Amino acid sequence: MTPTTGTFTLPARVLHWLMAILIVAMLFIGVGMVASVSARHEWLLAIHKPLGIAILILAIVRLAVRLRHPPPPLPADLPALQKLAALASHWLLYALMLAMPLIGWAMLSAGGYPVMLGSSLRLPPIFPVSPVAFAVLRHLHGWFAMLLFLTFLAHMGAALYHGLIRRDGVLSSMIRGRRKTAPASIGYSGEPAENAHAADAGSNGPDAAERIE
Amino acid sequence: MQKELSVPARRKGNAGSWALIGAVVAVTVAAFGYVGGWLAPQRLTPARLIDQFQRNAGTFAGYRRNHAKGVCVAGYFDSNGQALAYSAAQVFAPGRTPVVGRFAIPGSNPYAPDSSVPIRSMALRFALANGQQWRTGMNSMPVFPVATPQAFFAQLQAQQPDPATGKPDPAKLAAFFAAHPETAAFRAWAKTAKPSASFATESYESLNAFVFVDAHGKRQPVRWRMLPQATDGGGAAGKAGDADYLAADLAGRLAHGPLRWQLQITLANAGDPTNDATKTWPSDRRTIDAGTLVIDATTPQQSGECRDINYDPLVLPAGIVASDDPLLPARSAAYADSYLRRTSEEAHLPGTAAPQPEKQP
Ligand code: HEM
Ligand code: HEM
Repeated sequence: MTPTTGTFTLPARVLHWLMAILIVAMLFIGVGMVASVSARHEWLLAIHKPLGIAILILAIVRLAVRLRHPPPPLPADLPALQKLAALASHWLLYALMLAMPLIGWAMLSAGGYPVMLGSSLRLPPIFPVSPVAFAVLRHLHGWFAMLLFLTFLAHMGAALYHGLIRRDGVLSSMIRGRRKTAPASIGYSGEPAENAHAADAGSNGPDAAERIE
Repeated sequence: MQKELSVPARRKGNAGSWALIGAVVAVTVAAFGYVGGWLAPQRLTPARLIDQFQRNAGTFAGYRRNHAKGVCVAGYFDSNGQALAYSAAQVFAPGRTPVVGRFAIPGSNPYAPDSSVPIRSMALRFALANGQQWRTGMNSMPVFPVATPQAFFAQLQAQQPDPATGKPDPAKLAAFFAAHPETAAFRAWAKTAKPSASFATESYESLNAFVFVDAHGKRQPVRWRMLPQATDGGGAAGKAGDADYLAADLAGRLAHGPLRWQLQITLANAGDPTNDATKTWPSDRRTIDAGTLVIDATTPQQSGECRDINYDPLVLPAGIVASDDPLLPARSAAYADSYLRRTSEEAHLPGTAAPQPEKQP
């Protein structure tokens, strides 16, 4: 797969949607469990820890995929500010999906808790026992979770904006892996042949028509 | 899909799209707010429980929100191997497991006189060789007053001092007890219970039920207790005018040698309630002696290792799991919030309570 075909690779798309579901679920599980005194607190926490570590592993794999296969370029006519926002928010998402599980693991270590992922599976501590560090990390875990939630909202809003309003193929490039190349971005993605493939991906016609208009 | 949309048609189409995007974002935020409790003010949350402790007694920065007054202890558990038939936990294999513990009295005021309550508590953290831990907090009473976190919260609310008198409103307390007949067994015990002069002579009860799981996965509901070997001098409370006799008594006894308790495990019969800490099990239930707890050192809680331990009753090793007792997850969740508040105060994080000048009663 060359970086200029205007598509996300299959592994990138699978990782994206799998992790999207897992991370959003983790945010809901996290705020739900700390707001409950019922048995929900226990069983959600029992899911939260192993799932969080699974996200850490997936995030590392995903970063490797991302570095080996750069994503398709954004449409050439996207305003510079929006491009910057896209770039910054994507790196923020990567940073948070790595930081959140590491902070969770470190804070339990600092609190002197055994980091149990199941009834007997235990991770080693990654931080020395310290109540001050526990408090700081525990608050960071909460604040970064809120930042992650806000970034996710912006990301989801932007994806829908691309898909419903700009209709520039950015959203479908993550769904079908095939950017529906609009004329304005042909030169940018550098592979004219792409257009022919894109046509079979669906509603390319109207988008192109709109653009020209 | 339409081709060649006219400009007004597109704008109209976009308005719908914008509305759709706004709605998706709004629904997501609302769902998050509901799950997180911000949009569900009726739900009992750990934070609301701990807030009520603070409303009742004040906020003592750095201290536990309940059982605030206590001392650290250390020693080991010497297992005799007999509980291994019911639980595969490594702590029950014959041999020693190091323990860091804490004796305390219930209440949120770290300066309360030792004679203010007839209850003493023992909290233990067993550090197993395999890296797992067993944490338990036990009280010296036969039953707990209530069975659910909601009833516990209602009790705290009923006990909140009236600003006019500085004391709980007797009418509210009476109304609470009338609405909660399950408190009768505890109240009957409390009527005659006297504050002991020593931590060493008390028997400490898990009250909540747990489930032992053996090497084959067989489950056995249990409760446990620490039965003291020391029996002398438990009667009369300490010298008049001394508010802190328990710590002094403990240090005095340890100067003469270690203190010992037997860990007794009571095995439930089928049908014994595991979800109700207000009910004892019949006295003929089989009880096994799992080994001896040996306590040989004490340190003040300000400098001792126990200060920074959250004795969360659901930190359990493989071989012990929670029962269906609704108090257990509530304790785990509430202790976590209490722990976060007191460690945040220790860290002097902005927005946390500052240490108060010592206000001795
Ligand atoms: C992508 C990864 C993760 C996300 C998105 C996440 C999210 C959250 C959220 C939203 C909360 C509630 C915070 C608050 O309201 O204060 C939370 C709490 C918590 N998380 Fe995570 N978390 C992640 C990974 C982990 C990991 C790997 C661990 C441990 C191994 C962990 C352990 C905890 C614990 C112990 C709590 C607090 C429970 C309590 O106080 O009762 N988290 N998490
Ligand atoms: C829903 C009911 C209960 C609530 C909300 C509650 C609340 C609390 C809180 C907030 C602490 C301070 C935790 C910390 O900061 O480390 C505490 C300590 C303690 N609780 Fe409870 N508790 C409940 C039920 C029980 C029961 C049933 C027992 C029975 C044995 C118990 C025994 C203890 C003991 C022994 C401590 C002291 C632990 C230590 O010395 O650190 N509690 N409780």
